[in-house]
Amino acid sequence: MEEVKLLGMWLSPYSYRVIWALKLKGIAYEYMEEDLSNKSPLLLQCNPVHKKIPVLIHGGKPICESSVILEYIEEIWPQNSLLPCDPYERAIARFWIKFADDKGPIVWKICGTRGEERQKVIEESLEMLKTIEEHGLGDKKFFGGDNISMVDIAFGGLAYWPGVIEKVLGRNLLEAHKFPRLHAWTKNFEEVPEVKENLPDLGRLLKRET
Amino acid sequence: MAAVKLHGFWASPFSHRVIWALKIKGVDYEYIEEDLSNKSELLLKYNPVYKKIPVLVHGGKPIAESLIILEYIEETWPDNPLLPSDPYERAKARFWIQYGADQSPLFRAFFLSTGGEEQEKAAKEFSEVLKIIEEKALGDKKFFGGDSINLVDISYATLAYWFKNVEEVIGVKVLEPNTLPRLYQWAQNIMEVPVIKENIPDNDKMLAYTRLIREKILAEQLNK
Repeated sequence: MEEVKLLGMWLSPYSYRVIWALKLKGIAYEYMEEDLSNKSPLLLQCNPVHKKIPVLIHGGKPICESSVILEYIEEIWPQNSLLPCDPYERAIARFWIKFADDKGPIVWKICGTRGEERQKVIEESLEMLKTIEEHGLGDKKFFGGDNISMVDIAFGGLAYWPGVIEKVLGRNLLEAHKFPRLHAWTKNFEEVPEVKENLPDLGRLLKRET
Repeated sequence: MAAVKLHGFWASPFSHRVIWALKIKGVDYEYIEEDLSNKSELLLKYNPVYKKIPVLVHGGKPIAESLIILEYIEETWPDNPLLPSDPYERAKARFWIQYGADQSPLFRAFFLSTGGEEQEKAAKEFSEVLKIIEEKALGDKKFFGGDSINLVDISYATLAYWFKNVEEVIGVKVLEPNTLPRLYQWAQNIMEVPVIKENIPDNDKMLAYTRLIREKILAEQLNK
């Protein structure tokens, strides 16, 4: 099998998306941690357009943008499928992955904002979480049904980031009584072995964000 | 074959994208025009998350978001493929489709710019993005898809007709033959592709609509 390398960053949820997908598929890869304040020549060469992680390098060929990488991984290594077989179900899955890309990032902004702006970001985040719980997750255990899928992976950052936000805000954004299903999902998601063994250290995350 | 319906809006390039893909694949469909100031119950039911067009409904099952719809059409009707068969080339195509989608804020900034430094900055930034697209995505190819158009061309086609109207309304040109020769030529070429040429609205009507929608948004911004 051709060599697989991942250029990533320890706190990035986009980096973890790729790690979880590779682990779930049992793909061996070399992980290279990038210092984003001093980007490697390899990163700049592999992603000249965005200069961002994650970048997957397969047999020397770079693939950029985590959602694109996930689709690539699914196509090259079809075992332990992360997308449904049915084209309609796949379209629904892709809709939610795009939602995670387009709307998900609002939660990362909570820590970086203050006062009125932070309040606005919190309100938008709660709206976003409500939409995901009602329309995306519904009564399923995972977004993928009984097993985790690319959608769960795409929302994976939501599983650990609320822990950071809780320390910063002094309250849990994903309160169990407000978001019972999503709250349960975070617990279920973090229990999946490939996820459990590949999460950023909360202590280290907190030090950075507080 | 289960019935295919498309809820669209006559002036929306996102709506046009889906029409082109369906036509290229030879799929029969029923078109339903939505009044965006008075959205149908059906639209709100089919797209509760965004409440937007286009929505494709296949056998009663709705799919929202134009790029998601395009991937669905590609998978459901594989004849006349619109994505490369090689996974790596497909990843590159998806990268560029995503890149185009990510430029919406920049495009909006240019569209709503009213003059002076603000407008110069917006035009310059948008031009730099177009330069990247020209150099790295298009290169020396006739189309992003090579000799014939693919989903990347379809996703960027807005530049070839809608954007021209934006330039006219604002009075600032960005996509010019002397600064972006290959992309400019691509824009001319894609408008000659029959399925595109025959499936865009009358340009005078679209120009008037572009002017109207810009004034409306600017007025709304002032009132906030």
